[in-house]
Amino acid sequence: MDKFRMIFQFFQSNQESFMNGICGIMALASTQMYSAFDFNCPCLPRYNLAYGLGILLVPPFILFLLGFVLNNNISMLAEEWRRPQGQRGKDPAVLRYMFCSMAQRAMIAPAVWVSVTLLDGKCITCAFCTSVPVETLGNASHPRLSQGEIQRVLARIPCKEIYNGQQLIANEVAVRYLRCISQALGWCFVLLMTTLAFLVRSLRPCFSQAAFLKSRYWSHYIDIERKLFDETCAEHARSFAKVCIQQFFEGMSTDLVAARCHLPRKAPVDAGEAAKKLLGITDQSTMNMALKSWHRCKPPLHLHPPALPTGNGWAGEGQPLTHPSAPRRETAAYYSWV
Amino acid sequence: MDRFRMIFQYFQSNSESVMNGICGLLALASVKMYTSFDFSCPCLPQYNMAYGLGIMFMPPVILFLCGLILNRQSLAMLEEWRRPQGRRKKDLAVIRYMCSSIMQRAMVAPVVWIVVTLLDGKCLICAFSGSLDPEKFVGFANVSAVQAQQLLAKVPCKDDELMRNSPSRKAVSRYLRCWSQALGWSILLILIIAAFLARWLRPCFNQATLLQARHWSNYIDIEQKIFEETCCEHSRLFAHKCILHFFESMRQEIKLHSFSLPREAEEAEGEEDLLRGITDQDQVNKLLKTWYYEKPPLDVSQATQR
Repeated sequence: MDKFRMIFQFFQSNQESFMNGICGIMALASTQMYSAFDFNCPCLPRYNLAYGLGILLVPPFILFLLGFVLNNNISMLAEEWRRPQGQRGKDPAVLRYMFCSMAQRAMIAPAVWVSVTLLDGKCITCAFCTSVPVETLGNASHPRLSQGEIQRVLARIPCKEIYNGQQLIANEVAVRYLRCISQALGWCFVLLMTTLAFLVRSLRPCFSQAAFLKSRYWSHYIDIERKLFDETCAEHARSFAKVCIQQFFEGMSTDLVAARCHLPRKAPVDAGEAAKKLLGITDQSTMNMALKSWHRCKPPLHLHPPALPTGNGWAGEGQPLTHPSAPRRETAAYYSWV
Repeated sequence: MDRFRMIFQYFQSNSESVMNGICGLLALASVKMYTSFDFSCPCLPQYNMAYGLGIMFMPPVILFLCGLILNRQSLAMLEEWRRPQGRRKKDLAVIRYMCSSIMQRAMVAPVVWIVVTLLDGKCLICAFSGSLDPEKFVGFANVSAVQAQQLLAKVPCKDDELMRNSPSRKAVSRYLRCWSQALGWSILLILIIAAFLARWLRPCFNQATLLQARHWSNYIDIEQKIFEETCCEHSRLFAHKCILHFFESMRQEIKLHSFSLPREAEEAEGEEDLLRGITDQDQVNKLLKTWYYEKPPLDVSQATQR
């Protein structure tokens, strides 16, 4: 159990490695999304370009923003940016570092989508089939067809089953041509992205490495500090709740004792562990009253120190809370820890 | 078993991560539901639109309600909203925060369903094939209006004899699918931009109030859990005492009734204690019958003072 918790904490504690994991998962998800998506070229003159370019560019933009949204650091960055200065100065270099590192990670999934789309070729084929150079590839001397007609015929190139322009230009020729261009673009894009990444990584130590190390350290620090603060608050809330509930039950049992003080009772000298844990609630009606009071009249968010039993009791519904009655004071004195 | 319980408790302790997990599971479930659902368009003029739009909008409502039901915090929020003020003030900011976080999580699965439906295209083709202008498509231009409507309504059914290899059907289908996919991607884009702006701009407004609201909503959750645990522990002890008391009173009754029988010295005290004086079949039967017919009162105040 300990080992499991340690591993989990390791992955969580190092925010960067966690984000790298998310980044990888998103890249895989983008290829999966592309293969699951049913590309459906409209094969109509004006719609082709819009559809093809839309599928090429809109999903990467969505993936880019998704990369930001899923990154917890973004609210941390915005918080750090907008906080009042107070007693801690703000370093713009740290903010720049955080933003750059988030943006770099968010760029991976879109780049994967664009590469996969270009290498597959369907988008470019759909978008640019009306711009195929008919003069060089086909039989441009078709006098019967007007420009609009030619456009309509060319627009059907991606839809093989309805293509009717074999005399104008052969379907396979056009598709091969467009695919070739698309794949060339795809490989160039991948090469460009890789070269950029390589340059960024290898040239960075040449410029202000010391400042870079400082920014990286303080950005990690801000992240860790925020996490620790959240954990401490959660721990505090837990202890607060425990003490609050304990005092609620104690208050109830004090009131019950006061209410029943006329019954002949043996002093529970040797109450025993279990009886103490029963918190003084020993029958059904008392428990019902405790539950009802829990709903109707939650205790205030104000813990009092345990040495002074200030009859914070639930004194039944409608009773004024201002003055403790005489018998209660007696009992309080009896139970006083002083 | 212990290890399993501890892992379970660990995940449960961070209630936000549990809720995120449930939210993700619902989203996956909605995708799986869509892929396994056998969409079957009626291909009749009046029914198409009702069926198509019904499949597009009814399951999201169901998923939204499921998301609200499965979220523990929704009950906590309602309770906090409706409780009498008592001695603890109510903070509306906390209730608003809880409400907005519940709504956001519950909206994920319905949105996933709608987007997947639009990207797939079948629903929109089914719903709107009858609303197209027949003049735009070659195969439907030269027939009477009523017949055109009927033919258009049959477009979603690929296996219909009339439509099996009709190029006009494919043209209509492609056209509608293109619109459907464009709509799907646009909705996704708008939602992502909204989520991005919300995350980015939130710290600019009232960050301190937000931190307080988040802390106290967490506190309410923890307090409720601890209260339930305390009550559970209490009821366990209560039950224990009650039953011990019951066995004691039965033993005394038996002692009273069988005072004539010689009782041996209590040598094997340990085991006798466990048997609590009930040592033969008749006594056990009597005990069980009494337990059923005359359960003891819920009052152990005598027992604790013993």
